[in-house]
Amino acid sequence: MSDTQSGAPDRAEPLLFELGSPGRSGIDLPAPAGCATRLGSAERSTGIGLPDLDEATVVRHYTRLSRLNHGIDTAFYPLGSCTMKHNPRLHEKLARLPGFADVHPLQPISTVQGALTVIDELARWLRTLTGLPAVAMWPAAGAHGELCGLMAIRAAHEAKGEARHRILVPDSAHGTNPATAAFCGFEVEKVQEGTDGRVDTASLEAALGPDVAAIMLTNPNTCGVFESDIQAMAEATHAAGAYFYCDGANFNALVGKVKPGDLGVDAMHINLHKTFSTPHGGGGPGAGPTVLSAALAPFAPLPWVLPEDGGQLRLLEQATGPAGASFGRLRAFHGQMGTFVRALAYCLSYGREGIRQVAEDAVLNANYLRSALADTLSPAYPGPCMHECLFDDSFLDGTGVTTLDFAKALIEHGFHPPTVYFPLVVSGALLVEPTETESRTTLDSFIEAALDLAARAHGSEAGNFADAPGNAPRRRADETRAARSPVLRWKPPAAERG
Amino acid sequence: MRWLPNTEADRRAMLDRIGVSAINDLFSDVPSEVLDPVLDLPPAASEIEIERVFEKLSGRNRAAGDGPFFLGAGAYRHYIPASVDALIQRGEFLTSYTPYQPEISQGTLQTLFEFQTQVALLTGCEVANASMYDGSTACVEATLMAARITRRSRIAVADRLHPHWHETLATYFHFAGLELVPLSGAEPGQWLPASPDALPDDCAAVLVQYPDVFGAVGDLRPWADAAHAAGALLIVAVPETVALGALRSPGEDGADIVVAEGQSLGVGLAFGGPYVGLFATRDKYVRNMPGRLAGETVDTEGERSFVLTLAAREQHIRRGRATSNICTNSGLCALAFSVHLSLLGETGLARLARLNHEAAVQTAERIDAVEGVSVANSTFFNEFLAALDRPAEDVATAMQQEHGVLAGVPVSRLYPDRDDLANHLLIAATELTTDDDIERLGAAFEETLR
Repeated sequence: MSDTQSGAPDRAEPLLFELGSPGRSGIDLPAPAGCATRLGSAERSTGIGLPDLDEATVVRHYTRLSRLNHGIDTAFYPLGSCTMKHNPRLHEKLARLPGFADVHPLQPISTVQGALTVIDELARWLRTLTGLPAVAMWPAAGAHGELCGLMAIRAAHEAKGEARHRILVPDSAHGTNPATAAFCGFEVEKVQEGTDGRVDTASLEAALGPDVAAIMLTNPNTCGVFESDIQAMAEATHAAGAYFYCDGANFNALVGKVKPGDLGVDAMHINLHKTFSTPHGGGGPGAGPTVLSAALAPFAPLPWVLPEDGGQLRLLEQATGPAGASFGRLRAFHGQMGTFVRALAYCLSYGREGIRQVAEDAVLNANYLRSALADTLSPAYPGPCMHECLFDDSFLDGTGVTTLDFAKALIEHGFHPPTVYFPLVVSGALLVEPTETESRTTLDSFIEAALDLAARAHGSEAGNFADAPGNAPRRRADETRAARSPVLRWKPPAAERG
Repeated sequence: MRWLPNTEADRRAMLDRIGVSAINDLFSDVPSEVLDPVLDLPPAASEIEIERVFEKLSGRNRAAGDGPFFLGAGAYRHYIPASVDALIQRGEFLTSYTPYQPEISQGTLQTLFEFQTQVALLTGCEVANASMYDGSTACVEATLMAARITRRSRIAVADRLHPHWHETLATYFHFAGLELVPLSGAEPGQWLPASPDALPDDCAAVLVQYPDVFGAVGDLRPWADAAHAAGALLIVAVPETVALGALRSPGEDGADIVVAEGQSLGVGLAFGGPYVGLFATRDKYVRNMPGRLAGETVDTEGERSFVLTLAAREQHIRRGRATSNICTNSGLCALAFSVHLSLLGETGLARLARLNHEAAVQTAERIDAVEGVSVANSTFFNEFLAALDRPAEDVATAMQQEHGVLAGVPVSRLYPDRDDLANHLLIAATELTTDDDIERLGAAFEETLR
């Protein structure tokens, strides 16, 4: 247990459950009065098994654990498709103002006009930036937004009396796309990519038919390239009576530069935790507002925020009146308010010119990395790329070093690895997304490290890669063991013996 | 712009290095007619201006803490210790992504493992996942999981599930091809009858909210027995996690899946989100679970380590055959939940739950004494239904406007079509409710109902 005292960040931290001692307390609550209860037979008669901890122990525990993490705040995080850009602290401060943080979702509408205004204003930004007439603000994350879009599409087909069962999805799509389509009751059919990393328009057109409800494309796609035939594909899709769902995970490449509505998109989710800089928080929360075309807007989920006479906003919570065709509620209450505040503050900070600069710098940074690495690593497709650049593993041919090894070796240089083995359409993918908030200086240091590692992979040290990283808080973990005999929670020692 | 570090000189040098002359050469794949559209948006505002804008917007909302406050109905106002926020704002937690690289993500992974353990203990279940978006979507996922396990398609829903959760289920079921079968309940404010209606054929699960939407609590065991006798699972949905500090855990009374809204611990009201969904079940169903799971293993040096595991259930591996489409969850809220619960501990949670219950009992006793108000519940935790002698919406509005008291959620807000509930007000109290708040509530009722 001496590790606990050392403060060294690279040592194992005990579990909370190994630190407790009955009777300690991390919070001083007043003493209960001891009145008779009205819990009836539901009253708990057994203990829960939680540890009792003092505040200093709790603070130290989490602080020490935090030091085992890599974050954008600690170093470069070029994780492709995840848009790990700087998270402004101003937004954290604003989201904690009591008028946002301490407001109940079911308060009288007259007492939440400021909150509804934030939603309405952010909605206006998202509609304007995408060129689409409506936005459903409520999805909790990107995948939830995909679901929102596909539900609207299915409701629109149902309203026309059409039962279309198929959704066309390319192999390069995020896993959430086919998962969402299946979740929503559709059959998923793959469409082919061409050799340039783009969807093959001819094979898409051949797959379209009266049973196709929608196509789901990501643009720029996960190979980091813009789907240059996208308007033709949208036209063919609409001609076949289907809708065009665009996965907006990569909107950071286009924000302010291109309105997806101008490309023929009918629905697209926007990951506020990517393009609009709200923190990822170790995996969430996010928000996935979903913009909708005029054809899909009537089916948008409840509630609807509507203007009232006198400049007030109201919340229509039932499928009546203008929302009569709504497909219903996607979740309790009305969206990720804390995320909306941050995203709107982000928009206001950049303004109409700055937001365009975001996309330009994101694309510039990715192309700078790409061109500096193109002769040494192996770009999967010809350039230019958009906001991220994709390499395959052919530059490692004959070295015995894998994409995973290469990624782990980057950790030794202090960088978070790029996304690896995704997209699935190239061998040993390395997907590098620098984002616009990184300086040329940072990119240069990453380039230097990547070039150095590539050289070493071809040299006498290639065998060392399998042991990387050697200087991180942990060595490589035994993932097979974790999956084969899962240990998913702590159990008291006695129970383990029993 | 302070978030864009590259200067014009940097940009020029970078374009030169790339070998193009202008930025739009890098957008050459984009049809030129759609590039650089006119944007009807305002110009940039300074940091100082932005703070002013948001302070003004914030000021247009009544914060719950601005006066006596008795709203619940699925979102509860609790005291959050200052160290919760201090810890979740550590940049290493706040600005990290999903922990796909375990060597440099042990902080997130271990906290998720601890969170899973806390949730399992609280719910009385064997295993819990690393969080869902919120309680309502966790509830949907539980029903879909039950349908997968039993290969059946009907979900029997006991009276009374929160209408937002009910409506969310109905939306998903329409698209997923499941059928929602409502079961009859007791009088509003009373717990479920001791034995349920006959369950429908092909019943995958019985879903019971606990405490129910009107705050009533009671025995889950007969409902577990009835579900199991029909070959169905019992799903218990908990809207207020603090209640589990005072109530029997659903797991010990036979629940197969327990879902909960975790907002009460660490997260705050935040006008409805982000919140955190808790999801727990039996070990034997773990491979049917949605969402991420952190698991324990060792690294190559034998040191205890944590990883994301059983990913073959998830969309990034299984794609169209995944157990759920969820990817981003509610990680940072799960961390806040976990820190808050760590500070409370066993002793603190029990005390917190007790304080909540006593505040509600005291509130109920005070207003039950008011002419024109009667408390409908026999049992409750920190929330109960009050029947008034006139429409609750009018009363609540008058109490807010004339007395600054937010007296509760009019049931008409939740059930606009239920004329029989138009006079009912749903009232919650927590450890933040003071004696003075309760007195002002009572006095405001007396004046308003005079």
